[in-house]
Amino acid sequence: MGAFLDNVDLVIIAIGALVGISASLLGTFLVLRGASLYSDAISHSILLGIVLVYLISGDVHSPYQVVGAALAGLATVYLSELLGASKRVKQDAAIGLVFPALFALAVLLINLYARDVHLDEHAVLLGELAFAWLDVVPVGSLEVPRSLLTMGIITVVNALFVTLFYKELKLAVFDAGLAHALGLKPRLLFYALLLLTSVTAVGAFDAVGAILFVTFVIVPPAAAYLLTDRLWLVLLGGCLIAVMSSVLGFHAAMYLDVSIGGMMATITGLLLALAFLAGPRYGLIARFLRLRQQRVQAHVRMLLVHLYTHEHEAEAEMENVPRALEHHLRWSPRLSRAVTAIAQQQGLITVEPAGQRLHLTEQGRRMAQEVLEPWRRI
Amino acid sequence: METVWDVLTDFTVRNALLGALLLGTLSGVLGTFAVLREQSLLGDALSHAALPGICIGFLVAGSRQLWPLALGALVVGAAAAWCVLLLTRHSRLKSDASVGVVLSTFFAGGTVLLTYIQNQQLPGQAGLDSFLFGQAAAMLPSDLWAMGAVAAVGIGLVLVFWKEFKLVTFDPGFARSLGWPVRLLEGVLTSMIALAVVIGLQMVGVVLMVALIIAPAAAARQWTQRLETMVLLAALFGAASGAAGTLVSLVRPGLATGPLIVLCATGIAALSLLLAPRRGVVWRAVQRRRTRAEVESGRVLVDLLQLARAHGDENYASAQGMINAVYGADAQATLVRLEKEGLVRPVAPEHGTGRHWHLTPAGQEAARRLLEGRRDGREE
Repeated sequence: MGAFLDNVDLVIIAIGALVGISASLLGTFLVLRGASLYSDAISHSILLGIVLVYLISGDVHSPYQVVGAALAGLATVYLSELLGASKRVKQDAAIGLVFPALFALAVLLINLYARDVHLDEHAVLLGELAFAWLDVVPVGSLEVPRSLLTMGIITVVNALFVTLFYKELKLAVFDAGLAHALGLKPRLLFYALLLLTSVTAVGAFDAVGAILFVTFVIVPPAAAYLLTDRLWLVLLGGCLIAVMSSVLGFHAAMYLDVSIGGMMATITGLLLALAFLAGPRYGLIARFLRLRQQRVQAHVRMLLVHLYTHEHEAEAEMENVPRALEHHLRWSPRLSRAVTAIAQQQGLITVEPAGQRLHLTEQGRRMAQEVLEPWRRI
Repeated sequence: METVWDVLTDFTVRNALLGALLLGTLSGVLGTFAVLREQSLLGDALSHAALPGICIGFLVAGSRQLWPLALGALVVGAAAAWCVLLLTRHSRLKSDASVGVVLSTFFAGGTVLLTYIQNQQLPGQAGLDSFLFGQAAAMLPSDLWAMGAVAAVGIGLVLVFWKEFKLVTFDPGFARSLGWPVRLLEGVLTSMIALAVVIGLQMVGVVLMVALIIAPAAAARQWTQRLETMVLLAALFGAASGAAGTLVSLVRPGLATGPLIVLCATGIAALSLLLAPRRGVVWRAVQRRRTRAEVESGRVLVDLLQLARAHGDENYASAQGMINAVYGADAQATLVRLEKEGLVRPVAPEHGTGRHWHLTPAGQEAARRLLEGRRDGREE
């Protein structure tokens, strides 16, 4: 344990990973519910809670911070929902009205009353993971970095929350109406989720800053969601992506000499882009290939039907030749050649004599029949 | 002694004030379209995406002039908007998640670039992070010219394509059926949000810019149903918050202009939400009270008339207890109000206790009309 704590690199990576895990556990449900931008709103407005608690208690690290920030976070969500429910403005505009105002107020209060403390708005926005290990608290005989400790506790709490209320959260996200009818109180659960999000944001803001925290809430679950349909896999995948981002981000940041938290967050974005492009089922490339495959198959079926219709007619000599495809199906010569070759390859047609007459094989005939008369499936 | 005039004509102050006016006007006009097209939070994404744009602009140009930075912000902002569109259209993410993903990763990229620039000790980079919150005092006349040019482009586009933008905003399906290039027009409208962001960089900064896009437009929406009026009002509100925020920031050194402008804009929005005629919360509450009073009066009048008729005399005075029983609740307040309107009159009881009330001729007339209206209504 002591050896681990002495390894600054490992500690920094661990803090980043813990922020990522705790954030994406909650973020999964926010993303799926379509409420992910509340995390953006919360991460800004907790600054107001932090400033107010500081002004009252005079201590940047007082435990009441958590309370103040949580209240500020909930107030943001409540105000936004209230404003949206009043129908005077749309829901998205409501969010955009509330949190900048609270954030602006916080910045102003810092400007006025808290100029010289470690509470400047830049640190709040960006955080500084590189120095997180300097601030230590004694635990037993060990000196544990404060961020590591708080993020560890928060991760455990979030994991417990998600495990204990897994069923309820799942139902509340996918079918709030049913959850309500069963007496599960989805709204209360939602507010509990946002309360934990606020608390996590406070814990994370020392380490990675408010806006990078938003990245960890939204991006890993979103990336995992692009890869799988199972909820528990989204949760797990989100955590994995968060850990990967932390490790990769740290090394990239060291190499390029840039902000560690920023690099970790950027990596999550890159991983999402990768999932978006190369995901097995929903990825852009996979979908493109599937589409092309389907297009080819559609053409093959069209060819089979064409041959089948004219098979026993007098015009078969005219119709069932490669040239006719260009005239009657309006295919380009290249397409005709390609489709004929594929159909031949799949054993659906034969070309005899070579390059002149197209004949259906038994299998090809069956397939054409199935297209034309699907109800007579044999 | 320093007079108000001296302050207002001071070089820095005048620059800041002009900048704020320009910014407020433009973001009001462009924000109107963003809010109506439900793209408010896209504004948030675009303003955060301006940070990497600024950094790239700086890296390319090698100096802290506004022009290249603004151009960088505009280009990267447009790229961010395109990414949001791509994710929304071609992935299973909902639009909020797409916005969130783009917003946060672009900003993260921005912080990486920012620290890269800082750690490379490149010359002239000092104060690049002032774009996070804006720095009105650092406004130069050349910046003003740049802002003015951008604003002219933005407002000019709105004027030239007024009809097109209006239709695309309210009924894109119809616009498409007319054969208009709807995608292109929507793209232009979205890029114009990036334009508003660019112009706000110097004054308000990337973090709070979203408020200036949403708040004036949301405020203007409460006062009118017409797009023309809404755009003008939003421009007015935006300019007013810009000016007010700048002036308040002069009261004490160290007061940041950006947050103050944002708070002014939000204040105007809050007041509009509360007070605007027809839509305002207070207005509605007053209206509801009035309607309720009307309904209550009507019911008490009709009850009184029916009670009197049951006694074969329309001038019959009913005991208040009886009225309460028929009315189903305490009618005291309503009776007092009706008395003030001269529709009922209290009389001393001939027998029994408590107050008695009878209808005045005017009250009988009113009650009869209500009763007939009610009957007509039932027959329909």
